Amino acid sequence: MDTLEFDRTNYKELLKKYIETKDEQSLYGAEQISKSFIKNNILPEEIVNLHIQAMIELYPGKSKEIYSSMNFLLETMISYGLAHQEYQSLREKQLELQSEISVAASMQNTLLATSVPKVDDLDIGVISVPAHQMNGDYHHLVTGKDGTIGIAVADVIGKGIPAALCMSMIKYSLESFSEQSANPKLILENLNRVVERNVETGMFITMFYAQYNPSTSILHYASAGHEPGYYFNAEKNNFEEINAKGLVLGVSSDTKYEQYELTLNKGDMVVLLTDGVTECRNNGKFIESEEVIEVIKNYAHLPAQEAVNQVYKYFERLQEFQLKDDFTLIMMKKNV
Amino acid sequence: MMSSQSCVTIQKEWDIVAARQLGREIAKKIGVGTVDQARIATAVSEIARNIYLYAKNGQVCFDVIDTIDQKGILIIAEDSGPGIEDISQVMEDGYSTSGGLGAGLPGVKRLMDEFDIKSEVDKGTVIKTIKWVRK
Repeated sequence: MDTLEFDRTNYKELLKKYIETKDEQSLYGAEQISKSFIKNNILPEEIVNLHIQAMIELYPGKSKEIYSSMNFLLETMISYGLAHQEYQSLREKQLELQSEISVAASMQNTLLATSVPKVDDLDIGVISVPAHQMNGDYHHLVTGKDGTIGIAVADVIGKGIPAALCMSMIKYSLESFSEQSANPKLILENLNRVVERNVETGMFITMFYAQYNPSTSILHYASAGHEPGYYFNAEKNNFEEINAKGLVLGVSSDTKYEQYELTLNKGDMVVLLTDGVTECRNNGKFIESEEVIEVIKNYAHLPAQEAVNQVYKYFERLQEFQLKDDFTLIMMKKNV
Repeated sequence: MMSSQSCVTIQKEWDIVAARQLGREIAKKIGVGTVDQARIATAVSEIARNIYLYAKNGQVCFDVIDTIDQKGILIIAEDSGPGIEDISQVMEDGYSTSGGLGAGLPGVKRLMDEFDIKSEVDKGTVIKTIKWVRK
């Protein structure tokens, strides 16, 4: 006897026992059987039918009205059965999609992988965590032939798969011209043209591009509408926003960007981030940039990588472990 | 092999009930069980309602298939309505149910054993579907 047949027989037995004794044990048995029915994809109309058959066998010749009423009930169950089947098939589809996305996400990780360059006088820490499986933030660190360090942080407005696809394009464009035109202003202007040509209107990308020259300790930077970073001035012992003007990428093909510079001294620190950090919500309110600075300050004494990890952990907890947006934070500390 | 067809013309909502009833009676006559009778009636309802709602005019016909191997009921629904532009889309789960239109064509396919649809825009739609008698 297969499990199904066994359940059918069992159903009748339990039903009989329950009608005779009204005991809890039979009801517990009913619960078990119903789980087994679900596991075997038995639809509600079949259960009603099973019930009718059991009743006919157990109590033949009982009230006709009862049987008619149960046939009526059976009829009303058909659509529930369909809804259940549809739910099952949608669930399977969802699992398929999920596994496809996780393959895509791991591909993205491989494609967009970047390693933190070793620089004698600069301690760099990086963390980037997607809100969903795929990351719409992008960061890129590269050492040029002349020994300068290029640091890019970008954010596609929007998240998920479209944002992630967009980022692959940004990465390959950056790589194709970062060598010959390693200058933040030119890089953004070139990138802007690529985005303007290839990305549909309505999708915006912000980027902060910085270039650090270890021989002069100067950080050159330009911004395309990106979230301002923070500069910690060790001498004055204060944080200030790194404000840089510039239109988001892709709005108009001839956008020009301004380039700024900042000389880093011993103990100074530069923090670059995406709005996933500043738009962390606490009980529905956006947190203020003072609070972000406060949190960074608390961990600033740690080595850069450890510090960004701790800052992330703090905001992760603040958002009850459910990131609302992709989160990227880069910290650079001048040691010497 | 095939016996004579019986058809119901669908123009008013009331005709849906007549089609259901005829489908159920034929199913019962050839020995379809209670649960499958109810499923056939629901499937007929669904395709007849599609005709009533979208094509305005059409018919649902029933035939008995009786071969050495198996016995079953064949339902053919035919209309001269607007047709379906993207059949794949209407056959997708969640497409019609999300709009609250009922089980939709994927539902009909699930209720029955075999299902085939042909449709041409501005010409109409033909649905053929079979339920076999369970041995």
